[in-house]
Amino acid sequence: MTTAIRVSNLGKRYQIGAAETKFRYNMLRDVLVDTVYAPVRLAKALVGKSDRRSNQNFVWALKDVSFDLEEGKVLGIVGRNGAGKSTLLKILSRVTEPTEGTVTVRGRVGSLLEVGTGFHPELTGRENIYMNGAILGMKRSEIDSKFDEMVDFSEVGQFIDTPVKRYSSGMYLRLAFAVAAHLEPEILVVDEVLAVGDAEFQRKCLGKMSDVAQQGRTVLFVSHNMSAILRLTQEAIVLKKGQLIKRAPTPEAVDYYLASGQAESGERVWEADEIPAASAPFKPRAIRIRERSGKIVDTVRSTEPVTFEFEYQLDAPLTGLRVGMYLNTMRGEYVFTAFDTDDAKQYEQFGARPPGRYVSRCEIPADFFNEGRYYLGVNASSFGVKRYFMDENALSFNMDISGAPGTQWPEVRQGPIRPRLNWKIEKID
Amino acid sequence: MTDDIMTEITKHEPTTVYIKPSTGLAALNLRDLWIYRELVFFMVWRDVKVKYKQTLLGMAWAVIQPVLTMLVFTFVFGEVAKVPTDGIPYPIFSFAALLPWGLFEVALNQGSRSLVAHNNMVTKIYFPRLILPISSVFAGLVDFLIAFVILIGLMLYYRVAPAYDLLWTLPLFILLAIVTALGVALWLSAINVKYRDVNQALPFLTRFWLFITPIAYSSSVISEKWQILYALNPMAGVVDGFRWALLGSGNGPDITLWVSATISVLIFISGLFYFRSMEKTFADTI
Repeated sequence: MTTAIRVSNLGKRYQIGAAETKFRYNMLRDVLVDTVYAPVRLAKALVGKSDRRSNQNFVWALKDVSFDLEEGKVLGIVGRNGAGKSTLLKILSRVTEPTEGTVTVRGRVGSLLEVGTGFHPELTGRENIYMNGAILGMKRSEIDSKFDEMVDFSEVGQFIDTPVKRYSSGMYLRLAFAVAAHLEPEILVVDEVLAVGDAEFQRKCLGKMSDVAQQGRTVLFVSHNMSAILRLTQEAIVLKKGQLIKRAPTPEAVDYYLASGQAESGERVWEADEIPAASAPFKPRAIRIRERSGKIVDTVRSTEPVTFEFEYQLDAPLTGLRVGMYLNTMRGEYVFTAFDTDDAKQYEQFGARPPGRYVSRCEIPADFFNEGRYYLGVNASSFGVKRYFMDENALSFNMDISGAPGTQWPEVRQGPIRPRLNWKIEKID
Repeated sequence: MTDDIMTEITKHEPTTVYIKPSTGLAALNLRDLWIYRELVFFMVWRDVKVKYKQTLLGMAWAVIQPVLTMLVFTFVFGEVAKVPTDGIPYPIFSFAALLPWGLFEVALNQGSRSLVAHNNMVTKIYFPRLILPISSVFAGLVDFLIAFVILIGLMLYYRVAPAYDLLWTLPLFILLAIVTALGVALWLSAINVKYRDVNQALPFLTRFWLFITPIAYSSSVISEKWQILYALNPMAGVVDGFRWALLGSGNGPDITLWVSATISVLIFISGLFYFRSMEKTFADTI
């Protein structure tokens, strides 16, 4: 067997904290001085000699990662948020360059992330197929020969010469997927976490993935869904804080991952080395999801209320502090953003907080969420002054909709919320 | 494994790609640019196709914009200020300069924004990033060709004969315009990824640059001792050369042209290297 992918000593370093300076100003004097020095800073930045202090904020998203993968194998990649899974896939698909180390890839790498990249709403379906194909690295002759197949697959048929802005979102996605699916790369990378689309579409992606695997191509599969990893891969690697800590047959790797306590578990605890220095005096401690009984859970029934709690510590008094949560769907759409001092009375009472340990807690009523996976993010800031801490992807959890409104019909309901509405039906004639 | 799949896999023997931190000259990676050349074609085609969609006048805009500018210039500088034009009718004098300037202006504006405008491509897939500014510049070439037809019409109307013996140099000056435009676009698009100050500066930069370029006036009005300094603006050489090649106006290639051309090439080459050195972090910083 030949080696399809050889990764050796791969490392990727990101610079963080560039955005922090935006909220640093407290005094007009600072602003003025900063404005005067702006051209100097620009010149320095352009020649690569940026200020020393900004160079200190580095984080290694990947460090010393090495592995080989034989042609035709399906490899699962597991690890919690921020473990470096997506960075690894980005390097393999050459979106970003590694900081150190090398990768040797035999063949074309395709990813289902690329679905619809470069689609232009004003162009027709036909034109977009050619455009998108070219962006994915297909030759025109290759697109010509697969064109009919793609149109069949996408089921848009007679609308192929209509601008895609007139398409329904389903048609649009099917067409986009048709192009990506016919790229026929030697190596396919699938990041389920980032995959767009509804549940139906994701099933289609996974279906395509197993087809590809059965054709003897190489697949890398990233997922938080352990049952999907177990079903679709024979072997898996576990990443933790940018390092490869385990490579084993999938059942063993999954066991290891679950047992080592890194799995998503309805709770996220920040260790000392995970807290950026810039967040001081604010220190995040943990975020938890609790069901009605108080138990920490990672799957919540949508018919019951759920409590989100964020525990943190203040090492110095803070004024104007607001601690809040973001809620995102798996597709990255915001469901809501809310802060603990949104209420004027609360703000009066807790706007200024002495040092100490705190918990900010909120209850989401029953019959709020639709089915799926959601991301909970946290934010602590003083409006217009400084953002102390933010993690948009702190924790994820599942929503189970058994018993929710409309579940007597086995269909997917659109939208992130699924409220129990007060319907009245009247016969008026 | 079935037979047809086997043949499909063997049909194109997979190429091996080495991914490593890029350094030095090898980082230019012109081979990949060549492999992806069809993408340039598609991007230009898309830009042209989309540009005038859902407009009443459509492609006519490519004509209206330079013609109206020319009319304004003709009135203000030709009729009111009576700027000397070396005996060429003012409309042709200014229109001949507005052509390469238009090409440059589009490249400057579209090219500088090209990476940020296509950030979903940049953050999702691999392709040589150079393709984005390059195709913006080429898309400007289409408008240029349309406007060129108008220029020929104007010359017929005013019975101005082109400088037949110099005409062969015209493509060279078009090339110089492209090189200049691309050079500036490479610099600004790469800077724009990290510092969106470029977006703020562009409208001013475009206007400023228009005034320091001999479009409304002839560069011969600049006094002798300032000529070399004036030639540091690469567009001065492009516009003067373009007029000379087409209409035979001015002194032809002299020291000032060479200064301008050298600056153009320097901007282009340094732009290429700057762009490539920044390219590895585009996806992380955009």
